[in-house]
Amino acid sequence: MNAPLVVFFVLAAMCIIGAISLILQRHPIHSALSLIVVMVALAGLYLLMGAEFVAAVQIIVYGGAIMVLFVFVIMLLNAGLEERTNVSRLAGIGGIPLAIALTGFLAAAVARSQDTVQAAAQTGAVAPTKALSRLLFQDFVYPFELTSFLILVAIMGALVLAQRENR
Amino acid sequence: MVPTHYYLTLSAILFGLGVVAFIFKRNIITIFMSIELMLNAVNLAFVAFSRALNKLDGQVFVLFVIVVAAAEAAVGLGIIIMIVRNRQTLNVERVDLLKL
Amino acid sequence: MNDFLAQHADILISLVKIAILLFVVLTVNAYLTWFERKVVAHIQSRWGPHRVGPHGLLQPLADGLKFLFKEDPTPAGVDKFVYYLAPLLALALALTSIAVIPFGPDPLHFKGHDIYLGIVDLNIGILALFAITALGVYGVALAGWASNSKYPLLGGLRSSAQMVSYELALTMSVVGVLLMCGSFSLRDIINTQAAGHGLFGLGGIFRWNIFAGPFPQILGFLCFFIAAIAETNRVPFDLPEAESELVAGFHTEYASFKFAMFFIAEYTSMITVSSLCSILFFGGWLSPFPGSWTFTHYLPSVLLIPFGLWVIWDGVRYETIFGKLILPGVGFVIAALGAVFVLFPAVNEFIQGPFWLLSKIFIFLFIYVWMRGTLPRFRYDQLMSFGWKLLLPVSLANVVITASAILWSNR
Repeated sequence: MNAPLVVFFVLAAMCIIGAISLILQRHPIHSALSLIVVMVALAGLYLLMGAEFVAAVQIIVYGGAIMVLFVFVIMLLNAGLEERTNVSRLAGIGGIPLAIALTGFLAAAVARSQDTVQAAAQTGAVAPTKALSRLLFQDFVYPFELTSFLILVAIMGALVLAQRENR
Repeated sequence: MVPTHYYLTLSAILFGLGVVAFIFKRNIITIFMSIELMLNAVNLAFVAFSRALNKLDGQVFVLFVIVVAAAEAAVGLGIIIMIVRNRQTLNVERVDLLKL
Repeated sequence: MNDFLAQHADILISLVKIAILLFVVLTVNAYLTWFERKVVAHIQSRWGPHRVGPHGLLQPLADGLKFLFKEDPTPAGVDKFVYYLAPLLALALALTSIAVIPFGPDPLHFKGHDIYLGIVDLNIGILALFAITALGVYGVALAGWASNSKYPLLGGLRSSAQMVSYELALTMSVVGVLLMCGSFSLRDIINTQAAGHGLFGLGGIFRWNIFAGPFPQILGFLCFFIAAIAETNRVPFDLPEAESELVAGFHTEYASFKFAMFFIAEYTSMITVSSLCSILFFGGWLSPFPGSWTFTHYLPSVLLIPFGLWVIWDGVRYETIFGKLILPGVGFVIAALGAVFVLFPAVNEFIQGPFWLLSKIFIFLFIYVWMRGTLPRFRYDQLMSFGWKLLLPVSLANVVITASAILWSNR
């Protein structure tokens, strides 16, 4: 039971508790806070795997920008408590054990596949950011430029959608 | 050393929880957040594979997924604001007809 | 027992460092409030606190006791969990950001362990700082929302919109430094400045990033400093929490201790930003004098001994008996410290780095407080248009020019 394994279990527990809390909370702002917990725990997992730049980007972009947008919208729209849902009880009683069983089968199947994917050594830990940026700006430069275009389109779309109707 | 299939199982569990939230919740914004949860689960799988196969392509793709999620969140929340302006409700079960 | 200590030495050393740093940061925060009140008062031709203890030095203690003993009401109808979470979040994030700042180049050698000054040196040091700043928006937004009242909600929304806007300019203005230094780690940035040629090949002050290299980062520094003032919600960008505007902005409904947590968070982020300015643009622990001028190594003593003697002289002439007892004691300690640095060259060499870094941090804090005493505040729409229409394009231009200058010098 070495230190990385303990850290993994703590972070994984945080993720799962956050996700379950997202489902069970009644007010959207509490769901948003649970999702932020999940994202920070995932950033911790990325750090554990040695992907430090991705961890930092996850917190800065996902946790610090996208979720702030969600929190703003929830505050501005004054989203109240969720109402009682009228989904059938049978779906809950039958569905949850089935979902757990399905996940268990998937996990067992993945765990038994020895030949495809193993825990390899750490990815080039010397300068991962440098290697990553080299990859991003040389091999993947075309998708990179396309994403900048995509963000421009998204900005224009959000501006148009949020305008007040003048008529 | 944490085996790769631990990460993959966690990713599957998070994805499943995202799907459950998507199906059972009735507030538009919470449904949108469950989509973000599913995207995050997929990101975790990408980084796990990137580490297992010792290539950095997985992490590059994670950056792209994060960017696309940001763009989608911006436009999606704009649409949600419009829906609330027109229907005055955040409950998806009341927005199921094209007629106002 | 000794076995346990030996095996877990690293964790124990980190824990001790964290405890010491927390204590030091909280004390510096307290005396920063004293310093601010004194300086702003003198700018406004009045005395400032001078009754509680000699020269008002015990005022922070009195304020702290007040915060602890005041009644702490919770308004009706607040969302309890978020109401209690927001100040905790703000304080925790502000204090965590001090962990990545390096305070000195040489490690202490203690029983075979090299103890570096600074809790940790991450490879993504500055990205981690930006991540923590990005999360800091939540403290403000959630505080405004949880208070269940109009003015805090408006103040919280405005303040968080301001912080998010200026975050972009903040991150962009640092990219020039990162291009010139090639690393995110704060220690590496200072070491690159130390090893650099400097402008016109001169050493000393010209090796600092603000003057050095392919393109002096003056624009970058100005953008960073202005964006950082907006990030920390200080004058002239403090409309969301100004008293005449929105009662007290997002922390209106917060009383004694929770208000103190916001307060400490704000001053701690001031300290963090000042250290970042000194590390990124002003050479961190590097001295402004060239390395060959070794007589400048006596500067700490030259500053401390006369100051200590002046405090003693002022103390014996002070009005109250308490002042007559305490001030000479404090002055004696300061003068003795200066004398120790003269007498023990090894200690003198060790404290050169931290001395310069702390002086630069002090100068930036003084500039912060000076701006508080002198400048009027921006209106909200002026603030937002300044951030988006002026600061962000200028920082982007800085990135482009720096990158071109580096390419040109490497051709």
